Amino acid sequence: MLDELLEILRDPNAQWILLGCMLLGLSSGIIGCFAYLRKQSLMGDTLAHAALPGICIAFMLTGTKSIMLFLIGAGLAGLVATLGISWITKYSKLKTDAAMGIVLTGFFGIGIVLLTQIQHSGSGSQSGLDKFLFGQAASMVSSDVATMLVVSLFLSGSCWLLFKELKLVSFDPGFARGLGFPVAFLEQLLMFFMVIAVVVGIQAVGVVLVAALLITPAVSARYWTDRLGMMMVLSGIFGALSGALGTLLSAAAPNMPTGPLTVLAATLLFSVSLLAGPRKGLIARRVQHLRAKREHLAARERQAVPAPSRGVSQ
Amino acid sequence: MSDFWILLTGSMVAACCAILGVFLVLRRMSLVGDAISHSVLPGIAIAFLMSGTRDSAFMLIGAAVLGLVTVFLIQLFHQSGVQSDASIGIVFTALFAVGVILISLNARQVDLDLDCVLYGEIAYTHWNTITVLGIDYVPKAVWMLGFTLVLIVLVIGLFYKQFKLCAFDPALAAAVGIPVALFHYLLMGMVSMATVSSFESVGAILVVGLLIIPPSTAYLLTEKLGTMIWLSIVIGVASTFIGYYAAVMLDASIAGCMVSAALALFILAFLFSPSQGIVSRYVSRRRAALRHTAS
Repeated sequence: MLDELLEILRDPNAQWILLGCMLLGLSSGIIGCFAYLRKQSLMGDTLAHAALPGICIAFMLTGTKSIMLFLIGAGLAGLVATLGISWITKYSKLKTDAAMGIVLTGFFGIGIVLLTQIQHSGSGSQSGLDKFLFGQAASMVSSDVATMLVVSLFLSGSCWLLFKELKLVSFDPGFARGLGFPVAFLEQLLMFFMVIAVVVGIQAVGVVLVAALLITPAVSARYWTDRLGMMMVLSGIFGALSGALGTLLSAAAPNMPTGPLTVLAATLLFSVSLLAGPRKGLIARRVQHLRAKREHLAARERQAVPAPSRGVSQ
Repeated sequence: MSDFWILLTGSMVAACCAILGVFLVLRRMSLVGDAISHSVLPGIAIAFLMSGTRDSAFMLIGAAVLGLVTVFLIQLFHQSGVQSDASIGIVFTALFAVGVILISLNARQVDLDLDCVLYGEIAYTHWNTITVLGIDYVPKAVWMLGFTLVLIVLVIGLFYKQFKLCAFDPALAAAVGIPVALFHYLLMGMVSMATVSSFESVGAILVVGLLIIPPSTAYLLTEKLGTMIWLSIVIGVASTFIGYYAAVMLDASIAGCMVSAALALFILAFLFSPSQGIVSRYVSRRRAALRHTAS
């Protein structure tokens, strides 16, 4: 097993793919922090499912499989999906959860219809579009990896440059508006970043599970720190680690989609954080609880001692 | 004849989902339904690997257990300080990933196909028949769905008042002594069973569409719970029929077309519902304005 992994690491192509997946995990982890703080974690899931019809239409119109075109198709579909959600919640009594569910499954249904159309039309059998459901990092070619590199650097760089603005919008949009920040624009920008992260992630992780790359590392990081900057760094590291683990394991085992392995790696990191996180982790809480109990008992005993002595003196 | 069985299976799926979906939408837990439908996958895979067949009883139990585990984990993470939507996301992606890996690992030995689990193959249901009580030629899916549907109708029918109160005012329900948590888990267990009995025909993902979209459509059309359940069943069955014939015409996935049809019906209701629709509200506002200026 270990020899196999080392063998894979020596292959230059695999090195590129590994790097691409790590950067992807890094940038989704960073974007995910903002999504988590803005209570929009499941938005990533909706955007990913909604991207499917966009990708299919882009493929049907052009007949080529290029990540740039897919990005445009998925971006437009994501835009329609977010508009749909906000319209449904604004103009009817349905709440956000139902609106997201409707848009997510409705778009995915349309996407499946288009996907089967492409597959039945013959040209699609080699298109490899079905790999998009669960991701297959091994099927990426060097131009895909190059796009992923550029996009990941762009995402991480923009978050670094706009850190202050995005932070303010995530924590207190009302105050940000009062200070004269273009809040609506920044919110749209964050949504746009999320669409990009999701679309680029689809090829490595797949439509169904790409949301986990946005959610799980961010939540894991939240267990270790209370500072946004630190949380973003940690979340990025967790994301990169899961991406690396998923890619390596999937390359070592034949016939294994990358997405589920990456997600499981992220979940493993989450479980460790859930247990071992300082102050918020389950173990730390248990210890705190026991200590508080012991202190309380000790305090009661100290109080209890003078009581009989007082009784004697009277 | 195959048309008949496909439409019957689809309608039964739609009916199961529609009844349960009403309560999910009302309790604002649509996305928990989404999560359950994803996370029953490992239950299906484990039951399949243990029993070696697509034996219905095993799968129903496995899925119901997994569904309850999902709800329990979501609750647990939420209580330990994770936002509820994020905990939904973590739980269902993790369990779904486990399911996909279990199926991929054993793809060689067993005939449990990943595509089949995801989109289902309603077109093949009528080939897979078994003999129960001496009756031949009835597809297995119909037996399984029939059992689930009867169970759902029985439980909801018996405890209609309790479910209603829990849906609208859980605090009051708890105050008058209804075990709210028990009914919560009962509902979630039934959602998992409905998902599993439907997954062979419409797939684990698209079942969510039938779980959320028809009840939401019905919610736009009425204010009464009883009417909402009936309407939602009718809308679900209508989506099945429209979807099936559209799929035949387009030569595309039947399950995909069913969900797309449900979405189309939702958009119609969103625009033209008498009390809620955008267009109807606009028209009535214009009329009121005209009356106002005339007087």
